[in-house]
Amino acid sequence: MSDTKKFLYVNRKAPYGTIYALESLEVVLIGAAFEQDVALAFLDDGVFQLTKGQDTAGIGVKNFSPTFRALGDYDVNKLYVERESLEERGLTEDDLQEIMYEDEDDDWAEKPSIRIVSRAEMAEIMAEQDVILSF
Amino acid sequence: MKIGVVISEGPYTHQAADTAYHFVKAALAKGHEVPRVFFYHDGVNVATRLSVPPQDERNIQKNWTELAKEHGIDMVVCIAAAQRRGLLDENEAERQGKDANNIAEGFRISGLGQLIEMGIQTDRLVMFGD
Repeated sequence: MSDTKKFLYVNRKAPYGTIYALESLEVVLIGAAFEQDVALAFLDDGVFQLTKGQDTAGIGVKNFSPTFRALGDYDVNKLYVERESLEERGLTEDDLQEIMYEDEDDDWAEKPSIRIVSRAEMAEIMAEQDVILSF
Repeated sequence: MKIGVVISEGPYTHQAADTAYHFVKAALAKGHEVPRVFFYHDGVNVATRLSVPPQDERNIQKNWTELAKEHGIDMVVCIAAAQRRGLLDENEAERQGKDANNIAEGFRISGLGQLIEMGIQTDRLVMFGD
């Protein structure tokens, strides 16, 4: 398809409290069927979407945290996380869940989908996109 | 230029649907095309025909219905977001066993694929939200 575009889904909100994170993920999953060049960005409170050990039983809301680990199966394997946003919230990469994908161009080697980038790098990534959806 | 528009906040609570309306009108006046507007998150609530704002206030749904009719804009309401929030067309109401439907003229309920397709087919995608 000649009209493959670079899509970036920007996640700025915490996973619970509002519906933005869940409905963003729903777009990503549907969008995966369109064979575009897809990446996700996590910044501001959006970095909390990827923290590990989430348990939503107490708030009576479905825990969609495991869905992020399935993104590799949909060829969604670029998850950019902003370093400054982590640091500002007292988080490090170790607080994030492990999300892997199999690289078909490298004998299906398992590789991490999460890439920690600086705020300046995030700006460059955004500048390269054709379509940015902000949640 | 072809411009796709997304509205992702609810009417009256948030200015997104109003700002998008003025943006689309201005873009059309400049000769741009706006083939589709996609309603997502609480933005789907723009599409209810049952809202009755005070007479001296703007009617956001009517504004959109009239603008879309005049310019042939395809107004798509996300089905998943709509179902959560009680927005149903005739078919969905029947399928879900509900006793009423509430979609206003000019809006249609469809899937998120329409949002992605809009992103692929337009030159710019402009999102109005929070």
